[in-house]
Amino acid sequence: MTNNWVDIKNANVIVVMGGNAAEAHPVGFKWVVEAKARNKATLIVVDPRFNRTAAVADHYLPIRAGSDIAFLGGVINYLLAHDKIQHQYVVNYTNAPYIVKQGFDFSDGLFTGYSSETRAYDTSSWDYELGSDGYVMVDSTLRDPRCVFQLMKKHYARYTPEVVASLTGIPQDKFLKVCEIIASTAPADRTMTSMYALGWTHHSVGTQNIRTMAMIQLLLGNIGLSGGGMNALRGHSNIQGLTDLGLMSNLMPGYLTLPHKEEQDAATYLAHRTPKPLRPGQFNYWSNYSKFYASLMKAVYGGAATAANGYCYDWLPKVNVEYDMLRTFDLMAEGKMNGYFCQGFNPLQAFPYKSKLIRALSNLKFLVVMDPLATETSEFWQNHGKYNDVDPRHINTEVFRLPTTCFAEEDGSLINSSRWLQWHYKGADGPGESRTDIVIMADLFIRIRDKYRKEGGAFPDPILNLDWAYVIPHSPHPSELATELNGRALEDIVDPKTKQTLLHKGQQVDGFFQLRDDGKTACGCWLFAGSWTSKGNQMARRDTSDPSGRGLYSSWAWSWPANRRIMYNRASCDPAGKPWDFNRRLIWWNGSKWVGFDVPDYKPDAAPSQDMGPFIMNAEGVGRLFGRQLLKDGPFPEHYEPFETPLGTNPLHPKVISNPVAKLYSASMELFGKTSDFPYVGTTYRLTELFHYWGKHCRINAVLQPQQFVEISEELAREKGIGNGDPVVVWNRRGQIEAVALVTKRLKPLKVNGRTVYHVGIPIHWGFTGVAKKGYPANALTPFVGDADAGTPEFKAFLVNLRKA
Amino acid sequence: MELSRRQFFKLGAAGLGGSSLAMLGFAPEPALAEVREFKLEKMTQTRNTCPYCAVGCGIIMYGLGDGAKNARRSIMHIEGDPDHPVSRGSLCPKGAGLLDFVHSKSRLTYPEYRGPGETSWRRVSWDWALDRIATLVKQDRDKNFIAKDEQGRTVNRLLTQGFLAASASTNETGWLTWKVVRSLGMVSFDNQARL
Amino acid sequence: MALQSLDIKRRSATTMPPPSIRKTADVAKLIDISKCIGCKACQAACLEWNDLHEAVGINVGSYQNPPDLTPESWTLMRFSEVEVPRDGTGEPELAWLIRKDGCMHCAEPGCLEACPAPGAIVQYSNGIVDFQEENCIGCGYCITGCPFNIPRISKRDRKAYKCTLCSDRVAVGLEPACIKACPTQALVFGTKDDMKRHAEDRVAELKERGFATAAVYDPSGVGGTHVMYVLQYGDAELYQGLPRNPRVSPMVKLWKGIFKPVSVALMGLAVVVGFLHYVTVGPNEVKEEKAGQPGAPRN
Repeated sequence: MTNNWVDIKNANVIVVMGGNAAEAHPVGFKWVVEAKARNKATLIVVDPRFNRTAAVADHYLPIRAGSDIAFLGGVINYLLAHDKIQHQYVVNYTNAPYIVKQGFDFSDGLFTGYSSETRAYDTSSWDYELGSDGYVMVDSTLRDPRCVFQLMKKHYARYTPEVVASLTGIPQDKFLKVCEIIASTAPADRTMTSMYALGWTHHSVGTQNIRTMAMIQLLLGNIGLSGGGMNALRGHSNIQGLTDLGLMSNLMPGYLTLPHKEEQDAATYLAHRTPKPLRPGQFNYWSNYSKFYASLMKAVYGGAATAANGYCYDWLPKVNVEYDMLRTFDLMAEGKMNGYFCQGFNPLQAFPYKSKLIRALSNLKFLVVMDPLATETSEFWQNHGKYNDVDPRHINTEVFRLPTTCFAEEDGSLINSSRWLQWHYKGADGPGESRTDIVIMADLFIRIRDKYRKEGGAFPDPILNLDWAYVIPHSPHPSELATELNGRALEDIVDPKTKQTLLHKGQQVDGFFQLRDDGKTACGCWLFAGSWTSKGNQMARRDTSDPSGRGLYSSWAWSWPANRRIMYNRASCDPAGKPWDFNRRLIWWNGSKWVGFDVPDYKPDAAPSQDMGPFIMNAEGVGRLFGRQLLKDGPFPEHYEPFETPLGTNPLHPKVISNPVAKLYSASMELFGKTSDFPYVGTTYRLTELFHYWGKHCRINAVLQPQQFVEISEELAREKGIGNGDPVVVWNRRGQIEAVALVTKRLKPLKVNGRTVYHVGIPIHWGFTGVAKKGYPANALTPFVGDADAGTPEFKAFLVNLRKA
Repeated sequence: MELSRRQFFKLGAAGLGGSSLAMLGFAPEPALAEVREFKLEKMTQTRNTCPYCAVGCGIIMYGLGDGAKNARRSIMHIEGDPDHPVSRGSLCPKGAGLLDFVHSKSRLTYPEYRGPGETSWRRVSWDWALDRIATLVKQDRDKNFIAKDEQGRTVNRLLTQGFLAASASTNETGWLTWKVVRSLGMVSFDNQARL
Repeated sequence: MALQSLDIKRRSATTMPPPSIRKTADVAKLIDISKCIGCKACQAACLEWNDLHEAVGINVGSYQNPPDLTPESWTLMRFSEVEVPRDGTGEPELAWLIRKDGCMHCAEPGCLEACPAPGAIVQYSNGIVDFQEENCIGCGYCITGCPFNIPRISKRDRKAYKCTLCSDRVAVGLEPACIKACPTQALVFGTKDDMKRHAEDRVAELKERGFATAAVYDPSGVGGTHVMYVLQYGDAELYQGLPRNPRVSPMVKLWKGIFKPVSVALMGLAVVVGFLHYVTVGPNEVKEEKAGQPGAPRN
């Protein structure tokens, strides 16, 4: 979230699209209801299903799954065609005036530079025109045909209300009504918030779905303002934290990235990651990359990390391809992986195309599952009748199942979607012999290290030198790890000018501004610097005061970065430093510095006259309507059909139907179905009552949703002779599930490109373990294809067939 | 309370006297009216965060016992933390059912192992399990670790093992896990954010 | 054993009046259906707080689980898909109405009036109607007496159960468990006066949003209730079985006056011979006893 949960109450318009906040985040949704009741806000829901969010919406639009960019592109076209944008914001705070390089173009569904052989773009033309001074050329009148604004206008001119209606199935009048409401937030004193989640990410164009709405929010001037923002709801209690900490194939803590193999020394690596400002006078925050990197490596390798060895640069694994989870399971299925660990993750349920997953796991030499619960993954080798029809005698994987404690049985911090690091406390011991994940990882690591010490082996240096200065090596205390993440001075740090000691050796740093690239500070994650300072554990704060009255709660827990509650808040003021809307004021320029209710997302003493942009993390200093080379599938989002499309074509450009650079795997290509065999659009989702694949282990929750079902429209039910409550089979070329049919008025057939499209709604929660009725993974059906940028599978739009069982 | 115990008995008796049931010998006990005792009175409260979605609702866990050494703490009830600025005491059905996660029948209580081709679990000790895993990790790493690629460039990576981390585990767990996984050279590394 | 922690206003099958000098404030639960997202947090919180162990059932083609109230499910979200005009007259639009069902805690409780077992049903002076299961004889008269079809008799112990409005929590000054859990303030709790005012404010806001028939449901046929609804579409019947005009059956009133002793004797005899019989007295016919004050929702 750029903003935070409580801030939603300040919105005038709330768009829930690509998510189902009332069902997946009911308590956060409180603030939507509050906005409606206290702020007279309008709630718009755009979703294939009339869901429980729609039940309390002012406007509900049914949309064909997988056509979000068509809708959002249509909104951009509406805003530009009707001149409903926040002009000052767009000119000053976005790259709309920037001139784009000659050569960049888009035609017939492709941007410049595509190669069908590599299924990738040469992105060199996706950039700005630089002037002789080395800075980007701009045209503040926005009239230059090569400026971002004009190119964007041209790109989205194709997304007329007729085209939108034809692609999405949303009637034109309803679409235009909603456009009007969205456009009502262009004035500086009105804001719209976007609440989204996996309904946008689970597509082969997932990242671009989100980007399109971000562009709308920039055009309306809604980013950085109270009641505005792009608010990713986030589905797990610490999915934010684990991402912040870089537990992903290509990441290191704080969104630093692993090196590529071409980057053979630290200097090259750092040079590639330290951008130069693109406009004069910009803050260009990532110029601090080397400080974050050096401090991280000191935290990881301690004394072994020196300036001379690039802080153990060589020891970092170097990759060129992303080993994300689809690729990992692809490699596993090909027999190229031997060992796999699942720490509180149940991939057999959570990943696409179950029968491939079974094959993959069966190819492993060993699988280690650490979990508080008996997961399906841990029992993938066991025969559970029709729900998991395998023969254990032919599966040679060694499987270890290690019992862990759960949340109630350990101390530690979790980060919610507001970016709040909240500390929690142990309330009881875990059952039986269960251990915390920390103890398991520590014990396992020490055993591995001891074996390398005794026996030697392949490249033992990073293992032998991993910093492990914990009081009890087998059981590091969460507080030790938390203080390590905050960072500390390794030597006395003296201000060169005043000769004052800024930090004593061993002292916790107060914030990331104190981090250094000379090896004198260690910090596990620069974003968390400030979370556990010499003043103590800031994450455990419980002060509920809110002087702003707008729900910032700046003294409750601790928010990254720097305890800032609304990101990009400099954009809540006009270029002169005055809040666009006094009633929404967060920070302001008082003549000598930035002050206010929130921590300024800005250089605290940079006067407005310095012309420093509000988006200080970008080398431009402004928001990017034109995405340059940052995403693999284009600088402007474009509508591509899902890989299994019910249309069989893309009416915008029939030669390029689906995302030309999405992540495909050979086996998955062969299994895509055609609409002639599989005429219905399947879409998977969560329900309120159950959480993923754990909820069914909890009796109360199993009572509330006891048995697997699929949702179909009354029209489809009639056509197929299916009654409400009848058992049905849903299948495609990848697998099949059996479930109870829930026949509903809430799913309607949609008219799309001249044909009728039916959806089959497939909730995900049941499996062959737990106390609910046994069921099938919805992912028996889902395709093995990933978003071009994030690698997220296309769970939300694929093809199925359906019959009465 | 206005009504003393004695008066209450009288009320009960009078009630019975006026009732045909008394004549039949029903309800011989004085019929007290009483609400269920408030069960949380002396339980120990612990503040925690709901482990499900990322709203991060505050919860209060009520544990059996007052913290005495001889009382084995067990979570008996969980409800919302009214101080929490986002949740303000409320919970969704998942959070309101958390007690049944803590005490789920599916909770694992000891390490288990299943060997190649075997059809059932075997109970094993932590010591045996972790030692065996460490051996397997090292054997495979020693065999398949790639220090340099074909062009002789340093890559120091291990492609034959992977790790899925849990987005419900704490930052502290995540950090320790990151250190261990990357020091081994693993690159197949993800958490639920990939989904 | 402690004495009752709430003052008693009425007590079933008891002729002697309870002490009536103390009068605590009436409490009420307000269920604002226009804010309800059907998440079932109330159901979960109810099961957890009251240590109930409902069986894991099956899905019969609905979000409504279990399909009905049971001796272990004292509250239930009832889901209805209806097509209805927002303004009462225009084009119908799809609405997914989700109503939290459970005891209404009537000011004039039919269950209590019908109950032949002394002290099995009490009404506290704050308005909560509570079953005292240890006194319950499992006759089922409370079911007959209830115009909302709420009490359920357990097959296990032959006793009647229903929502207590968390009398154990209210007695120590807390809100009921369902109220606390509700994420969207669709459930609120307070004094009945405060809840009535809040309900009126909500109706005004809904009307502003075009829900022309929005209304408060506090039916006078049962003397008003300590559980009220805000109905965005006004008509109670749209909300799966909520009676427009609930009344205590005239047979119950009659029974109380004349037939009670006889019936009790018969019923007692039946118990003696070990035959437990579910007695029905007939349909809930409406008796126009308070002309001009129909139980239909007020605007």
